[in-house]
Formats: sequence, C-alpha cells, structure tokens
Amino acid sequence: MKNIEITTPLTESIVEKLNAGDKVYITGTIYTARDAAHKKMIETLHNGEELPFDIKDSIIYYVGPCPPKPGQIIGSCGPTTSYRMDDLTPPLLELGLRGMIGKGKRNQKVIDSMIKNKAVYFAAIGGAGALISDCVKSSEVIAYEELGTEAVRKLCVEKLPVIVVIDSKGNNLYDIENKKYKIK
Amino acid sequence: MRKIHVNTIIKKIKNMCIKGNYNLGVDVIESFKKAKEKEESPIGKDILDKLLLNAKIAKENEVPICQDTGMAVFFIEIGQEVYIEGGTLTDAINEGVRQGYKEGYLRKSVVKDPLFRENTNDNTPAIIHYDLVEGDKLKIYFAPKGFGSENMSALKMLKPSDGINGVKEFVLDVVEKAGPNPCPPIVVGVGIGGTMEKAAILAKKALLRDIGTFNKKEHIKNLETELLEEINKLGVGPQGLGGRTTALAVNIETYPTHIAGLPVAVNINCHASRHLMVEL
Ligand code: SF4
Repeated sequence: MKNIEITTPLTESIVEKLNAGDKVYITGTIYTARDAAHKKMIETLHNGEELPFDIKDSIIYYVGPCPPKPGQIIGSCGPTTSYRMDDLTPPLLELGLRGMIGKGKRNQKVIDSMIKNKAVYFAAIGGAGALISDCVKSSEVIAYEELGTEAVRKLCVEKLPVIVVIDSKGNNLYDIENKKYKIK
Repeated sequence: MRKIHVNTIIKKIKNMCIKGNYNLGVDVIESFKKAKEKEESPIGKDILDKLLLNAKIAKENEVPICQDTGMAVFFIEIGQEVYIEGGTLTDAINEGVRQGYKEGYLRKSVVKDPLFRENTNDNTPAIIHYDLVEGDKLKIYFAPKGFGSENMSALKMLKPSDGINGVKEFVLDVVEKAGPNPCPPIVVGVGIGGTMEKAAILAKKALLRDIGTFNKKEHIKNLETELLEEINKLGVGPQGLGGRTTALAVNIETYPTHIAGLPVAVNINCHASRHLMVEL
C-alpha cells in the first residue's frame, strides 16, 4: 500500500500507475454527479447534446452534499453507494471518464469497461461527510440546479483522501481484503 | 387529560432533527473505540480512526456526521391520557422536520412520488409509527435513516421448519451480500415473527436500541450474541475493506406469529447509527 498524491486532470499515465490498495490524495477539479444527474447526462448523450463538463480525463464523485451553513464552502459530503450508477457508467467511460469516487461494489460491466478504457475507481470513507468537506476549497453548481443536492457541481479539492479499490487492471481491493479476514 | 400544545412538539422535533444529525451517540463512539482495539486489519483500524475524527469534527463544528441526513423516522409512544392541542400530532411532527432540516442545513432527501421523483425540498413527509400506551406522557424516538444501508435491507417469509438456523442463515446472507455498500461497521436490526409488515417494523425498532444492550429474553439475547460473532467472521470489515469489525451490534425484536409462518426482516443500519429519544 502506497501513499500517492495526484493532481487532476487524471491522465492515462497516472491511472496506469495506480494499484488497488493505494492511498491516494487528490488535488484539483472533480465533478459531482449521482442518480438523477447520471440519468440526465445519459439523456443528454442520447439527444446528441454536450455533457455539462469536459469528461475526458475527469473524475466524477458520487455525492449529494448537505447545504453549506453560512461561512461554509460545502456541507458534509461523503460518498454515496456507487452500484446505482452502474448501468449509466460504461457510456461515460467510453467518452474518457477516467476516475470515479464512491463507495461499494461495481458490476462486471463497469469493471470490464474500466479495464478497456483504463479507468480507476476510488472509495472515499462512507459516512465521513464532515471530515471530507474540509478538503473542498470551492464548489459551484454547473448544471441541473433544479436537482438540488443532486445537481452537478464543480469542486476544487485539496488532498482529498481516497483508496484505489478497483484499478485499471481490474484488481478489486474488496475481494482481496475480504478473503484475508474471512473465517470459514 | 394532559394537554400538550403542538408548538411544544414542533420545537422539540426540530431540535431532535438537528441534534440527532450532528452528534453521534456515546454508544456508537464507545463501540468504535472497542472495535479499534480488536481490529486486525490496518486499513480497518485507520478507517475506525477516521470515523472517530469525523464524529468529533461534526460535533465541534455543528455539522452533520454524514451528508445523508436520512428520511426522518419516528416511533411515537403516546399515552392515552394525552390531548394534543392546536392541531394534529402528524402535522406537528412534519412541521418540526421541515424546520429542523432547514435551520440545521440538513440534506433534503425525500422525493414526492417514488416514480416521478421530484424532491419535496423540506425532507417531509416523515415516516411515523404510533403506539398507544398507558399514561399521560408522549415519548418521541427519532432515527434519521440513510438509504445506503436501508437499500441493503431484506425480508423473507421463512417456513416454521427453517427454525433458528434458517433465521441465522438469512441474516448472514443479507449482511454478506451487502458487503461494503451500507458503510460498515453496521448495526443489524432484526425483526422475527408477526406478519410481513410487523417483522419489518420490529427490525426498524430494534435499531433504536443502544449498542451494547440486549433483548430481555435469554434465547434471543443468545441469538444476538451468536449472530454478531458469526457476522464478524465474514471478513467484510470497516467500509468493506476487510477486517474483524463488520457489525457493532445485532439487535433483535420478536413478536408472536401464525402457525404457518416465520417472517424475518433484516434492517441494516450504517455506522452513522443515529437515534435519540425525548419524553414530553
Ligand atoms: S449508509 Fe449511512 S453512513 Fe453511509 S452514506 Fe448512507 S447514511 Fe451515511
């Protein structure tokens, strides 16, 4: 397990060096999108329109933050469970989406598409929303404002702590670590 | 008859919503600390540390522990001699939720129609379970419920012949399938008996109990202990990244049931196991 600091954009050459189990600190720009925003983005693609941000080498964070209190940049903002985005993810990977931050398992279709398109899946600590919000230095809604917490936000983050759970070779930290501790 | 005005209730509910989402209970914090001592996985230990730090930050800065401030679930025990003045109790609870989620800067996570899915923007309506009891007191239990863990819950109508082993198998299966999704370490609420909906409500109600408390019936207490042990052998661990701490507690509630049935409901709660009670 290595500690690695990376800066966005998340290029193919960065992703190739990341392995399941690495602790990664992300600095730069990431975009938030969860259930409703994914649905809208896929509709957008079907209609032949442009996505709300340049998806090439980008990172999507599956999160619906709390509203900020006065003086706060963003409210608590831990990850949401990723599998709900599974069916809507391969088309985005095909377009160059390079990283995803969430929590929990992904299905085989997503993993296959990640291997094919050289992408990485990170886990942030679920339920540590207060801690994670400290890493967000700016937040701006850039699309689907009507979705409230589910709107697409552009976040500037500094040293956002995540763990590589599925790397671009398809290694899966959940499986690897579970096996070590399972008592039959 | 003892009169309680809705304004008193609204204010109480509002404060419970805010307090309940900013502060993790002492029972949860203590169980994190205990788990950390036993945790063998270095990743798991690190995660438990971060969860303790997160709870501290939330409390000190008065912000939500988790961004999923949940659907607002209430269990109400209302004494038969209580008279609610100035409106209905249900309206008062929803108004308290509306005010609490707004003034506490909590996330509004409720959609009006499960299929059309437009956000109600005030986190109402709440889910409210009423129980009519003796006396002139009003007891309000509040447990905001995040859906990462709610989605991993399940119910099964077992056969009487499946017995205790069938129950165990089902609970273990639900927890293992949930894996990392419900933000382990989890609290497992189990409802056994009654009808389909009764089992589900019991499972939810079981989550109101503090970690470290047990069912008063000896055989159920034993089942709680055994299941916790077996769950923690699954290896899921904190955040599903391996380890000994998959669950912090298994809380079981039971009810008489029909000769033909053995309903079992498993309601999973995450480590952000928020629950509090006030009595009016
Ligand atoms: S499962 Fe619980 S801790 Fe995890 S994100 Fe949902 S509410 Fe928060």
